[in-house]
Amino acid sequence: MIKLERVEYKYNEGTPMEAEALHEVSLEIHDGEFIGLIGHTGSGKSTLIQHLNGLMRATGGDIRYNGESIYKEGFSMRDLRSRVGLVFQYPEHQLFEIDVFTDVCFGPKNQGLPREEIEERAREALSLVGIGESYYKKSPFELSGGEKRRVAIAGVLAMKPEVLILDEPTAGLDPKGRDEILGQVARLHKERGMTIILVSHSMEDVAKYVDRIMVMNHGRLVFNDTPRAVFSHYKELEEMGLAAPQVTYIAHALKEAGFPMETDVITVAEAEEAILCTLAMEEER
Amino acid sequence: MMRDITLGQYYPVESPVHKLDPRTKLFGTLALIIALFVADNVFCYGIAAVFLFGIIAVSKVPVRHILKGLKPVIFLLLFSATFNLFLTPGEELIHFWVFTITKEGLIRAGMMAVRLIFLVMGTSLLTFTTTPNQLTDGLERSLRFLKVFRVPVHEIAMMMSIALRFIPILVEETDKIMKAQMARGADFETGGLIKKAKAMIPLLVPLFISAFRRASDLAMAMEARCYHGGEGRTKMKPLKYRTADRFAYVILLVFPVSVAFLRVFL
Amino acid sequence: MGIIRAKNLIYNYIKRDEEDKIEEINEAVKDVTLDIEEGEFVAVLGHNGSGKSTLAKHMNALLLPSEGTIWIGGRDTKAEEALLEVRQTAGMVFQNPDNQIIASVVEEDVGFGPENMGVPTDEIWRRVDECLQAVGMSAYREVSPNRLSGGQKQRVAIAGVMAMEPKCIVLDEPTAMLDPNGRREVIRTVRELNKKKGITVILITHYMEEVIHADRIYVMDEGAIALEGTPEEIFSRVEELKNFRLDVPQVTELAYNLRKKGIPLSPCILDIQDFVRELAEFRKQRVSL
Repeated sequence: MIKLERVEYKYNEGTPMEAEALHEVSLEIHDGEFIGLIGHTGSGKSTLIQHLNGLMRATGGDIRYNGESIYKEGFSMRDLRSRVGLVFQYPEHQLFEIDVFTDVCFGPKNQGLPREEIEERAREALSLVGIGESYYKKSPFELSGGEKRRVAIAGVLAMKPEVLILDEPTAGLDPKGRDEILGQVARLHKERGMTIILVSHSMEDVAKYVDRIMVMNHGRLVFNDTPRAVFSHYKELEEMGLAAPQVTYIAHALKEAGFPMETDVITVAEAEEAILCTLAMEEER
Repeated sequence: MMRDITLGQYYPVESPVHKLDPRTKLFGTLALIIALFVADNVFCYGIAAVFLFGIIAVSKVPVRHILKGLKPVIFLLLFSATFNLFLTPGEELIHFWVFTITKEGLIRAGMMAVRLIFLVMGTSLLTFTTTPNQLTDGLERSLRFLKVFRVPVHEIAMMMSIALRFIPILVEETDKIMKAQMARGADFETGGLIKKAKAMIPLLVPLFISAFRRASDLAMAMEARCYHGGEGRTKMKPLKYRTADRFAYVILLVFPVSVAFLRVFL
Repeated sequence: MGIIRAKNLIYNYIKRDEEDKIEEINEAVKDVTLDIEEGEFVAVLGHNGSGKSTLAKHMNALLLPSEGTIWIGGRDTKAEEALLEVRQTAGMVFQNPDNQIIASVVEEDVGFGPENMGVPTDEIWRRVDECLQAVGMSAYREVSPNRLSGGQKQRVAIAGVMAMEPKCIVLDEPTAMLDPNGRREVIRTVRELNKKKGITVILITHYMEEVIHADRIYVMDEGAIALEGTPEEIFSRVEELKNFRLDVPQVTELAYNLRKKGIPLSPCILDIQDFVRELAEFRKQRVSL
């Protein structure tokens, strides 16, 4: 479990250029949760996730991992980084080895594991993202965009993190590629019980997959609730440069036009059901 | 972590210095360099200081911002100062163990430091007040005579301005890749030289690949915008001397001459 | 004859081994024939690797066809002397906003194209003013591109192309690297240019919500044109689009699903208002029956 207590981060602290990127962010991430993190560009969400694995150090407040402060003397940041895996945006830009398999081995190798274990983990991670053995000896630079992305994600998975943070893992991919990656992430959550934090700009995707949404705005955590509850604030979200899924707008538009349906729908399937249900009720009358 | 590199970044304010022709500013920098190397007494440096700080004041670039440009050369500065301080023979001031500090050493170290500081401040002032494009335009025009010797002046100038545009982007990218590899357990800090050098591979390979990709993208974008070398090109901001430039040239000529004068007669 | 016309266009990427022997031929564009009229807003949809970017690069003579011909403003791109003319007729905006801005100051970048074309100084300034205005970036003219957001950078890139006064602008996935706000900014700008200035737009993308307002859509798959039609025609083929690794907006999918359940909505709804109106009409009719 990760717990943030009034975490603050200031750039250039103590100089006139001081700028606050995070303001008293307090939150908890429980084991096995699937969390969506949203916020417009520059809202502080990237800064926030880099705090979770110790790449950035808070200038105020505390972060506890399983009850232990990560800023305590003697706490191993490297150990934290292998437990909290972070997949950056465009992770394929970090590939560097001569072949796919060796590249995925990089993480576990840094963990100092024995060779068999390293290879075992690499194989497992690659199969988790759907990269078959025929790819192992290929150069990562020969692959298609979507394949590269999946290899890069495997590179983090091979470290067997307990928490996986993905910063816009679907940026630049086509709709099918998007669904494939998110499907695999959802499987990791469901089958392996991995805790997932998904940073995304797509409200539709977030609505479809996550249990809880955290919304960042101007360095503050402004909402932290179920998708349904968060998207009911669609007007406030718009003021922050965000939005709700399109179906939520459809529901509101229908209600305004005198169609007596529930407005808290957030996926196409829910909207369909709600509309059919309301129509059926009307017919009975 | 590398955001504080200010060297070579344009500082956008309106000032008479910003408006000068880049050739004037290049000449001014040259005059400063010559003057600093000619200077050998306090009066010379006094004039140089008046000259430099006068221009800085007119340029409206905060002194603090210019001083930040000194960061990358601090090591060099300390090195040369120490060197001069201890290794100049002359009238002994302090002596301990094998070290001797002489009066001449002290003066020389001080002068060298001032010389270097002024040099860096002057050149960074040039880049703060001149956009890279103007700068390369100025260089291109000033060095045009080299074309006779088949030096591709336009191409070199274009490469320079592109390099200046991409330095901040690549610095940011380095930071990003470094963090991404650290997230995979890479360690860039501990270990001996060989281990550290080896640790750079996961950083350098992606960085080079990215630089090549950017270069090829950029080449394509330039081609798409009809770039075909310097031939037949017009300028959006053609270089033209104005009254202010003529006035500036007078100052720029008087300044090194007066420094030379003080050196000879004082 | 249209401003961009291709006939049986084929492009092969040829991979050679160390001894320069052909190792693999990859047909990136297969037998594409198309005709785009002046003033049209045409979208080319396709998944990653469908050949849409390769096709786009032909419209600017950055690539030349392996077989077949493409004419830009009536000029065959293979004719070497037509090269600059082709590039002035069809300007191109690329995907990565950072890698297409050449100058370190916004206005100087916009002036880069006209400079290359040998446009006189006064005229360059007029064009730079006008184009920055047109994309709504006049306030940023003296700023470094590094300080702009992705959407703003792309608008600068569009202004840079507009300053060459092309008849046609080809945008190769201009929004793929932007956030939703940046995407909206760019699409709004492009639509305005098309409407107000009559610029022909060819927008290449895989974001479906960006193409609903296009006059015509080409869907590419495996290097060939798989579908062609108006947005209504294209988006009514939900299953087919999904097979091409594409998607439809939620409102279209919802209407499609309801239609399958027997609610008589039109085969393709792209807009929330249309959806609400049609559902209301259906209810009214049901009551009156």
